[in-house]
Amino acid sequence: MLKIDHPICNLCGLCQKSCPFGAISTGEEKVTVDERCTLCGACVNVCPQSALSIERRQASPEELARYEGVFVWTECEDREKKIVPRKVVYELLTHGRRLADRLEQPLVAVALGDDRMAGLERLCHQGADRVIRCRHDLLGGYSTDGFTTALAAVVAKEKPSVLLFGATPSGRDLAPRVAARLRLGLTADCTGLAIDDQGQLVQTRPAFGGNIMASIVTPYTRPQCATVRPNVFTAAEPDTQRSVVIEEFPVKLNKASIRTKVVEQIPTPAEGEKIEEARILVSAGRGCGEASNLDLVRSLAHRLGGTLAGSRAIVELGWIPHTLQVGQSGTTVGPDLYIAVGISGAVQHVVGMSSSKKIIAINKDPDAPIFKIADLGVVGDALHILPKLLDALKSD
Amino acid sequence: MKLVVCVKQVPEITNVRVNPETGTLIREGVASILNPFCEYALDHAVRLKAANPDIEIIAVSMGPPQAQSALMRCLELGADRAILVSDRKFAGADTWATALTLAAVIRKAVPDVDLILVGKQAIDGDTAQVGPEIAEILGMPQIMYGVEMSLTPNRKRIRVKREIESGYEVLEARMPALVSASKGEIMRRMPSLADVLSARHRELRAVTAADLDLSENELGLTGSFTQVVKVFPPAPKKDGLKLEGLEPAAAAKEIAVFLRSAGYI
Repeated sequence: MLKIDHPICNLCGLCQKSCPFGAISTGEEKVTVDERCTLCGACVNVCPQSALSIERRQASPEELARYEGVFVWTECEDREKKIVPRKVVYELLTHGRRLADRLEQPLVAVALGDDRMAGLERLCHQGADRVIRCRHDLLGGYSTDGFTTALAAVVAKEKPSVLLFGATPSGRDLAPRVAARLRLGLTADCTGLAIDDQGQLVQTRPAFGGNIMASIVTPYTRPQCATVRPNVFTAAEPDTQRSVVIEEFPVKLNKASIRTKVVEQIPTPAEGEKIEEARILVSAGRGCGEASNLDLVRSLAHRLGGTLAGSRAIVELGWIPHTLQVGQSGTTVGPDLYIAVGISGAVQHVVGMSSSKKIIAINKDPDAPIFKIADLGVVGDALHILPKLLDALKSD
Repeated sequence: MKLVVCVKQVPEITNVRVNPETGTLIREGVASILNPFCEYALDHAVRLKAANPDIEIIAVSMGPPQAQSALMRCLELGADRAILVSDRKFAGADTWATALTLAAVIRKAVPDVDLILVGKQAIDGDTAQVGPEIAEILGMPQIMYGVEMSLTPNRKRIRVKREIESGYEVLEARMPALVSASKGEIMRRMPSLADVLSARHRELRAVTAADLDLSENELGLTGSFTQVVKVFPPAPKKDGLKLEGLEPAAAAKEIAVFLRSAGYI
């Protein structure tokens, strides 16, 4: 609970102003706090009198120091009859290398799969000191139960200090299961990770649809677990000179312990490459008017060698499948170039694409929020501009 | 059959603005709503009940006393009864402490639960962690990102069509199980007057920390494994070039010049 030391409080009111939840009021005689307080600590930091405090539990440094190493879950995907690590893993290893160096601890990739797993040398080329490989027939496809059991076993035995997951659909399915099983703190969907002077992992993430950022630590539990958005960190070029160390980690699993079964798979026809991995995305919103106008947007995407994507609005209208949806409830993308066509740029959309290197926006509404983040914003009707643009690009 | 829907009241974040000087949220005039994904979960519960009339739907929400209004909406939309989990001692709970508390409530109030439905994430925190953490604490299988749900003919399993990155897949899990909803067919329907009136006669019970089999140091901030150390506004966005009042051909030319100079063509 928030403690207020009334005798030293001078009623300056800064705590009231700093409260993100409007839970504090400064009266004539004293400051009061109501049930909206979440103990986030924003007020404690601003109080000039140090009159505010929050009791927090302490764990001994010796206890925490027994845990060592930055571990990255190596999510794999099917590719040509093999299962290979996906792009976000290389991004995490690149940044994980920096964290591990700062901690002077090893960086370890944990790969779960069956005998089709391939390309694991690259995990070391991307920075891992070693790979822990867990092979089992029941790990051939993702299942919550199978993967939780295997990964929790590795973590419980190896005792890492940090455990990172890509914030992909499977990563966000797996991480909270593993964390809850081992009773660990977990921070979702981070966009920044750093090590502070005490060697703690400082996890930064957007909240309230990206309106505010929060830095979070995990003081008492190890490993410190986080899921990390794809396309936030850039993967380094692989260094093939690095030595490759792959260790086997045997796990026991039985079929009965996997309590879900796949009945049917219904793939959606692909537009091109996965939007998460595309270099160029041309993304359509409700401003495109009607579904048939998407051909224009698609033509531009093809002309530029890119892929079509879209906003939640047009997914709900049924113009495109959810697999192409950019944003908070869709996919986080980070292409070199993002062209937003008729997308107003609601916060939920922007958090899913703001790490794009260059952004072009075309929208009729001059006040559309998308213009705030665009490198080039054009106020106008995309349906009139795109045909001219395609003509202009044709003549190249 | 007992079906628990866990719901959260959230600020309507599309209207949340940040005070540029203090970096804090401006909450005046921001409405509190039932989190849309929780509403989808409730939609699925109501449809499962339509197909299986013996289902009892129990809506559960942890939050401040005003979260009662989110539960009222659940009762209006078809929940049979509701449980408000509210206590100052729960304040500051991270996802783990929230899940531990909700799991304790479910264990105590609905020990014979068959199915737990949750929204895929809340639009304020966006963590998507509380559902899976509840499932793990209660030892249940989980299926995330559901868009269609039905019971199998022998009513022992739940069958869920769910979104995956390459399209959809259909999964089955033995119940009791936890399922998260990422979409509902009925989008944000308005309750009828009859719904509103009948909701007033349904039970809305309050649960406090004293009602649970948890020790105080497992609750709220003390029971949380993660701690927010700093809250700050996002980095200001760069100033780009904004062109207004151009003819389509001229606008197209500017875009082409940009694409060329940046090396995309």
